[in-house]
Amino acid sequence: MTLRIEIEDLTKHFGEIKAVDGVSFSVKKGEVLGFLGPNGAGKSTTMKMITGFLAPTRGTVRVCGHDVITDPIAVKASLGYLPEGAPAYADMTPDGFLRFIADIRGLTGAAKKRAVDSAAERARVTHVMFQPIETLSKGYKRRVGLAQAILHNPPVLIMDEPTDGLDPNQKHEVRTLINEMAADKAIIVSTHILEEVHAMCTRNVLIANGKIKFDGTPHELESISRYHNAVCVAVAGVEITALTDFLNTLNFVSKVETLVAEKGVRVYPKEAQQMTIELSQSIRDKGWQIDSLYAEHGRLDEVFRTITMGDA
Amino acid sequence: MNLKNIWFIMKREISGYFATPVAYVFIIIFLLLTGFSTFFMGNFFERGEADLYPFFSIHPWLYVLLIPAISMRLWSEERKNGSIELLMTLPVSVIDAVLGKFLAAWAFTGLALMLNFPLWITVNYLGSPDNGVIFAGFIGSFLMAGGFLAIGACVSALTKNQVIAFVLSLIVSLIFVLSGYGIVLDFFSSWAPTALVQAISSFSFLTHFDAISKGVIDMRDMLYFVSAILVWLFANAIVINARKAD
Repeated sequence: MTLRIEIEDLTKHFGEIKAVDGVSFSVKKGEVLGFLGPNGAGKSTTMKMITGFLAPTRGTVRVCGHDVITDPIAVKASLGYLPEGAPAYADMTPDGFLRFIADIRGLTGAAKKRAVDSAAERARVTHVMFQPIETLSKGYKRRVGLAQAILHNPPVLIMDEPTDGLDPNQKHEVRTLINEMAADKAIIVSTHILEEVHAMCTRNVLIANGKIKFDGTPHELESISRYHNAVCVAVAGVEITALTDFLNTLNFVSKVETLVAEKGVRVYPKEAQQMTIELSQSIRDKGWQIDSLYAEHGRLDEVFRTITMGDA
Repeated sequence: MNLKNIWFIMKREISGYFATPVAYVFIIIFLLLTGFSTFFMGNFFERGEADLYPFFSIHPWLYVLLIPAISMRLWSEERKNGSIELLMTLPVSVIDAVLGKFLAAWAFTGLALMLNFPLWITVNYLGSPDNGVIFAGFIGSFLMAGGFLAIGACVSALTKNQVIAFVLSLIVSLIFVLSGYGIVLDFFSSWAPTALVQAISSFSFLTHFDAISKGVIDMRDMLYFVSAILVWLFANAIVINARKAD
């Protein structure tokens, strides 16, 4: 069974508001699906429905073949979930908390000890195991939540903004942890930090106003950008206007834009094709000295804005 | 229903009581109030009788005040800090969670009740009481405490605010006690049909507890408390299902 999460026509209404509206996608083993979208787009609501916390208004969710409505316990047993803000029992210690989770997950004896130790180690909370959770910093609280989610080595992992509010080192650790686990799990991670798209996702689903606006690889997401495969060039000792006029004569160039700060130009290709080699060749043939030349991959923030603001 | 899960939830909940001073404060206040009311308000010595009637007769009123203090946090706290999302996405049914939490609170109340044992020793030292009656009193009091706790648990599921949970539970509990109190029943009996007055009175914790605390262990009174507990816990599960995500 490679399809671990199957979602069809998932819909949630809160009164008149359609928080999630006909969302369908599936996640395979080995995939890390980055769930993107602005605040209030329906990311958390969708995750709450997948994990069986919220009942959908319409649609189905299957996790490892179990339907969340007819067999919620089997669904909950096969997934690890880090809710937004990583809630935990504040008066417990991470040790007591993780033991409780292990009990509920049906682990006993040596297996329980192993699971708690391994989760604590992977989430890097071993040295705070006996301090009350309420006294821990935000980063440690988040890690305790992560340890809780991965404790039973679940085939499916769902994390709602796991890196929100962490410092850059902690973010890096969380991403490393997710990458380590990616191979044998199906993972959904929600985020609105776009740099994470490359750091950990193999696929992205972008939603806005409760609807899916994009579903594809991070590379495909970037290629939507108007900057995709654009090339920035600066040439020493040549007027910008002369450079622009020359570049406009090339048959693979669609548009040239002046970059004042960089003292260069941004060149847009026709049909979003790569043109770095042709472009540098043409400039050198002209006998000009290239100061700098680099291709843009596309700007995720710009794609994000275009897609999510498109019909707002 | 999964007994193991009920046990795990109960265990976690009880350890939560003792992680903060709340449990100790509660037990001390409970013991002070039972002691005070037995000896001063109940005239334990002046009555010259070898029983614990003054002790038990105050219990309904103590519970109205003190039980909401235990039950208010059962669900309000989980809803407020979001841990309910964690609990309800673990492979645990709502019924298991409701029962585990309730049993934890009930066991804790039972412990507080048992710590009144010096009174039992005292009355045995001073005279020769009917220990069967006293034992019945403890059973009845424990059952009644369960009834109040079930009310409080259900009410605390309604709100994220512990203070609101406390006040609401106190009011609902008071209604369930007062409906058997003489003055209230007199008010109804002046105009309402006897059947209605009896119905109101038969819903009161006071009516059923009074019989048990006098040593009359009637299955109907026992059954009343057990069914009151079950009905309120069932309502609790429904409320949690409907409102957990609000």
